Amino acid sequence: MKPSGLRPSNRKATEMLERIEQARKSIHSACEKVGRQIQVMEVCGTHTVSIFRHGIRTLLPENLKMLSGPGCPVCVTDQGYIDVVMDLARRDDTIIATYGDMIRVPGKGDSLESLHRDNIKVVLSTDNGLALAKKHPDKTVVFVAVGFETTTPASAVAVADAAREGVGNFCILSGHKLVVPAMKALLGSKNDKIDAFLCPGHVSVILGSDAYRSVVDEFNRPCVVAGFEGVQILEGLAKICEQIADGRAEIDSVYGAAVTPQGNRTAWKIITDMFEPCDGPWRGLGVIPGATMRLKNQYKQFDALHRFGIEEVPSEEPAGCQCGQILCGLMDPPQCGLFGKKCTPDTPVGPCMVSTEGACSAWYKYGR
Amino acid sequence: MCLAVPARVIEKDGDRAVADAMGNRWNIRITLTPDIEVGDVVLIHAGYAITKVDEEEAKKTWELFEEIAHFEAERLKAKQQEGDRDA
Ligand code: SF4
Repeated sequence: MKPSGLRPSNRKATEMLERIEQARKSIHSACEKVGRQIQVMEVCGTHTVSIFRHGIRTLLPENLKMLSGPGCPVCVTDQGYIDVVMDLARRDDTIIATYGDMIRVPGKGDSLESLHRDNIKVVLSTDNGLALAKKHPDKTVVFVAVGFETTTPASAVAVADAAREGVGNFCILSGHKLVVPAMKALLGSKNDKIDAFLCPGHVSVILGSDAYRSVVDEFNRPCVVAGFEGVQILEGLAKICEQIADGRAEIDSVYGAAVTPQGNRTAWKIITDMFEPCDGPWRGLGVIPGATMRLKNQYKQFDALHRFGIEEVPSEEPAGCQCGQILCGLMDPPQCGLFGKKCTPDTPVGPCMVSTEGACSAWYKYGR
Repeated sequence: MCLAVPARVIEKDGDRAVADAMGNRWNIRITLTPDIEVGDVVLIHAGYAITKVDEEEAKKTWELFEEIAHFEAERLKAKQQEGDRDA
């Protein structure tokens, strides 16, 4: 860890150093006890970035490898979905409201940014999207609704608001995803190389740590929730390695008060009132059963697919891009032939390079 | 994308509120955290409070953000200098 992370005061710095040292020691002694190679997947893109930024890999023993998982919503959004967004953006009767993260992701050719159309608006929340709809009654506002459980409630509230207030020209294109079914799909696939999961902090605020019960029970893999501070990531890893060394697989959390076993039930209720799980494509991972969220039938007038009569979202991948392999933990970004050559953060080919939380982007910025 | 930042609720009106983090102010919704009162510190994601957090946790994150900003600025400076040298 960089000493620059320790400015506040000497006492705090010492305390922090002690926690880091303690965690580092536990990790090393547990890994030594295990002997064989251990692979831990950090599910969350925020973790990926933090691990690089804090130089955490350099503190880990040789036989502990971190895999970057499918936990960046931009990265797992299928190219077919982006292409649908592009088609909708090219119409004259729409306004596309999107989080900034999606703006540079390339579809078949263009990205939203490269279209240079002024009906494409970057918004900070679904609330802003709904406000746009009220302001422009002659246009249909399509909200680009991507994200995991942390982000889904915002879409749910917006649709509920639109329904209540009768804002008929607002709809969402739901690409919302569920983390736990994807984790299970990774374990169920034949290429399973994952010994344990470092579980996302802010997704778990909504989900609750008990949500990982089925991963622990059915697949016997430790699941430990951590926040995004370097020291918490190390402490989470220490808990994971200790479990593996003892032959245990349990749910644990080092993310203090923010994550409870049951999560934010209010948020979860709003999600399940408005959405239902369905089968849908994940970039590089294919169709994962029950891991995508769509609006329930009674809200289908707010579903962009229904509104624009789009029947199917075609699935396609950019040629040569290995994001799928990387998201499954089967490859590290530098093993992709395009990495750092044709594909850089300025000229991204795949979403893992576009998103600042993508594994390729993190490797490019910090890993070399 | 799933990052949430801590901020203090300084005004509240129904399920809408104003939150402050290190002097930055946002209009937020507290629809998902109905028990929030003025003065509470919450984690905000995409304009929504998602949970209440304690003061100490929040302070650590605010400090961390300052560190990150500092670190990024240093990195940028180093990169620029490198660029200047190469040029
Ligand atoms: S380096 Fe670029 S092309 Fe290769 S996997 Fe990553 S995003 Fe895809």
